[in-house]
Amino acid sequence: MLDTKGYPNRLGLRGWVGGGRWGLERYLYTLHRLTGLGLLVYFLLHIIVTSARAFGAAAWDASMARVTGPVFVAGEYLVFAAFVFHAANGVRLALVELGWAIGRPIEPVYPYRTSVDEQRPLAVGVLIVAALLAVVGGLDFFVLH
Amino acid sequence: MNAPARVTFRIRRFDPVRQSPPSWEDFEIPAVAGMTVLDGLRTIKETLAPTLAWRSSCRMGVCGSCGMFINGHPRLACNTQIAELGSGPVTVAPLPNFDTIRDLVPDLRPMFDKHAALSPYIIRDDHDEMYEPTGEYGQTPEELEEFLQFTYCIKCGCCMAACPTCATDPVYSGPMPLGQAHRYNADSRDGGFTTRKTALAGDQGPWRCHYAGECSRACPKGVDPARAIQLMKRQLVFDYLRLYSQPCPAGVVTPAPASARRPDVPEAPAPTVDVSRARTSPSC
Ligand code: SF4
Ligand code: SF4
Ligand code: FES
Repeated sequence: MLDTKGYPNRLGLRGWVGGGRWGLERYLYTLHRLTGLGLLVYFLLHIIVTSARAFGAAAWDASMARVTGPVFVAGEYLVFAAFVFHAANGVRLALVELGWAIGRPIEPVYPYRTSVDEQRPLAVGVLIVAALLAVVGGLDFFVLH
Repeated sequence: MNAPARVTFRIRRFDPVRQSPPSWEDFEIPAVAGMTVLDGLRTIKETLAPTLAWRSSCRMGVCGSCGMFINGHPRLACNTQIAELGSGPVTVAPLPNFDTIRDLVPDLRPMFDKHAALSPYIIRDDHDEMYEPTGEYGQTPEELEEFLQFTYCIKCGCCMAACPTCATDPVYSGPMPLGQAHRYNADSRDGGFTTRKTALAGDQGPWRCHYAGECSRACPKGVDPARAIQLMKRQLVFDYLRLYSQPCPAGVVTPAPASARRPDVPEAPAPTVDVSRARTSPSC
């Protein structure tokens, strides 16, 4: 049997942003992963910051004083926007992964229409909902408060 | 007479003996109407670079050998006309997410190993009937449609090269093997869901797929592995919740009673090979 030493050719992280057909769902996939990681980092920081409460009211006040100001408001808004996208897209993924909105198997006749085209209205709808919630949240973060 | 239009091919080359990193080489050849990327590679090999290596066979999108990374997309070289790639050089690299054996030849063995690990064949208990059939297993057209789309797969690996999960996760089985596992899970003649379920449970299984859908967009045969994988997840979730149990595999149908032959249908021609020899024991 052939046994040569091949040259590694895995795309790595580049494969998250390109390499296929550059479809919308690839970017939703990548954004879902990035926002998921972002939310995880936020939760860890959140636990560290709020754990100051265990050391008394003074430590809590000092801890809170360190996370105020426009930079933190903007950061919190980004966390909110990431959450809104992650949640809305998560609903789409849960539906799709349970076999809804992707259509039944069909005879492949060129030009092919795939399950991705079938669920596209759902993807667009989810993006619109996420955008609306992000705008409403933005008003609350930056205008009303 | 006008000189024929010319086209430049930028080809990624790798020599396994030297093991130096792959490098790009340009070749300019005459462009002919209707020329495919595979035709271009043949012209280059015949006239400019006899050592250029790639894999191809059927020239018509059937054998699945010629998957390549053409202008940044996984495609079949025989199925891609250079005219559809627009102006500018045609860049050709080996399929990513597989090691490169030489020039444009990807090492597809990991994909085939993952495919084999998911038992991509009919699994049943009635071995006697399977090896010495007395009739056909009955299947309605509706039952056939549940998996027919997935049978068109030619194992070219284009989907694996497009999948972002395959790009960072060497353990994940990938769209071709998973799609083919569902092709059998969805076949009403099959009884192997429980067997495959075990192999699908780990990190190699469908839960690493997050529906980027690139596999289905890249597939040159319209197989839609992303659809197969989501339908498989549905089956697995319903099975976990005890809401699904695989129906008994289809049984043998009694052949229709012999009817009179229509006079306008000619007899089948006589066999052109000696069938009796083909039936002798495999040891001789
Ligand atoms: S699913 Fe499509 S792209 Fe993937 S191996 Fe089969 S034919 Fe090729
Ligand atoms: S749908 Fe799943 S298998 Fe297909 S490209 Fe996306 S992650 Fe990969
Ligand atoms: S040469 Fe057979 S698929 Fe291209």
